[in-house]
Amino acid sequence: MLTLLGVLVVVVGFALRLDALLVVTVAGIVTGLAGGLDLHDVIAAFGKAFTLNRYVAIVWFVLPVIGLLERSGLKERARDLIARIHAATTGRVLMAYLALRQITASMGLTSLGGQAQMVRPLLAPMAEGAAETRYGDVPEKTRYLIRANAAAVDNVGVFFGEDIFIAIGSILLIKGFLQQNGIDVAPTTLAKWSVPTAVAAFVVHAVRLVLFDRRLNRELGGRPGDAAPRGGR
Amino acid sequence: MIGLEAVYVLMGLMVAGIAIVNFADRPDRKRLNKAAFWGIYAVTFLFGTHLPDFVNGLLVIGMVLVSSIGGLGRGGPESATREEREASARRWGSRLFLPALLIPAVTVAGTFGLGDVRVHGVPLVDPSQVTVISLALATLVALAVGMVMLRAPVRAPIVEARRLMDSVGWAAVLPQMLAALGALFALAGVGHVVSTLVNEWIPLDRAIVVVITYAVGMALFTIVMGNAFAAFPVMTAGIGLPLIVGKFGGDPAIMAAIGMLSGYCGTLMTPMAANFNIVPAALLELPDQNAVIKVQIPTGIVLLAVNIALMYFLVFRY
Repeated sequence: MLTLLGVLVVVVGFALRLDALLVVTVAGIVTGLAGGLDLHDVIAAFGKAFTLNRYVAIVWFVLPVIGLLERSGLKERARDLIARIHAATTGRVLMAYLALRQITASMGLTSLGGQAQMVRPLLAPMAEGAAETRYGDVPEKTRYLIRANAAAVDNVGVFFGEDIFIAIGSILLIKGFLQQNGIDVAPTTLAKWSVPTAVAAFVVHAVRLVLFDRRLNRELGGRPGDAAPRGGR
Repeated sequence: MIGLEAVYVLMGLMVAGIAIVNFADRPDRKRLNKAAFWGIYAVTFLFGTHLPDFVNGLLVIGMVLVSSIGGLGRGGPESATREEREASARRWGSRLFLPALLIPAVTVAGTFGLGDVRVHGVPLVDPSQVTVISLALATLVALAVGMVMLRAPVRAPIVEARRLMDSVGWAAVLPQMLAALGALFALAGVGHVVSTLVNEWIPLDRAIVVVITYAVGMALFTIVMGNAFAAFPVMTAGIGLPLIVGKFGGDPAIMAAIGMLSGYCGTLMTPMAANFNIVPAALLELPDQNAVIKVQIPTGIVLLAVNIALMYFLVFRY
């Protein structure tokens, strides 16, 4: 039971919004001590795990390029480009990206997206640009909400697309684990049974994006004629 | 053979550069703290493999203390005004997308192409790390193309990297810290305790209750650990295999596939999955660090319900 103390530290610390790095460090030390290690061993175990997981930080390696391009107006260009597409709304831009992200992830191309290389320099400015074109000035609060939505479609798209690909980490993990327990399943079988959830994820999140568009329309007021479909349907 | 170590050296050099730019920024009141924070981080990349575990642990604690007690202040200043950027955007037009899109394109090409390249019978790159190495390579290619195309000053990339990295701040290290915490959780046997508790306290005598417990358990455990991969073996060994498959005769493939996806619903809803949820909030300069999670929670909850229904109706049928 004592081993759960670390979990408690994390839950309470995050709930109270204490300094996250400090919370995690304390939780780690508490967990190690409760698990019967001495302080020296806990610090060593933490250092070892931190060093072994350095590959997680590889996403930051793209920052010099992204920063260089941003300095040269990449975000502004992304915004202008979307402004020229008349049918583009924030929700539709995000929905198109969601579909693209899910489809490419299901082919194993998970590295086509990502928060640092796609969302910040391209997707978020496009989603904001679509709102600006339609509604003029967008209040800061709404701008933040649009950006948060851009980050969310990247996550939803990759999480619920990648498991359809047979050689992705999670499918291999499942296969390996079941094998250890004497059950042999083909990766294709696992991938097949990931499809219903993938479809549901797209439907659920796409509906939410439609609702998000309506909310923007309601709050920011569409220009006359823009809200209704053209052509008198 | 090119392995992860080469990528770590590149990362170390970049982070060291960020520390130096911070140190040289005299008007910045927190410049020494930032230089120390990124400087120590650079050491863990450059020498972490060769240092004793205990020393690495002390370095990590040092970083945490600098950030938590000293504070890292605000992000670096913008290097170009809005007008300058807009003028540049007009000048370069869509050519600006070329380096940005080269990153994913070369990464994908490298992932599929580099794995089989051999020099004198030895693989050119570590086969188990092809994606990470391809991403690093793709970034170098994109950087070279961008520098030649834009004729930017040599120091521009590192100055810009510093601007972005400082705006992300401590959140940049959080995913790695959480991964380390996950390892400690595993070492101390947290998973075992959780599955024992569940088995003791929830009456698992009806199929629907078992399915709900397994799926919700995957999501909750993922929320705590920040990673569905850590939750999967624990929940599946504790509840999935003995009850859904063993007692009620469910199909293991369907259970495992949908179980993992139930875990992902948890990933959408937790600050512990910092690289997906907290880091983007920092990257997009959102004042609320939970803004992304708040957007994702409704989708996470609805999808979890969908997963429970799918598992219940499929797992005993096939």
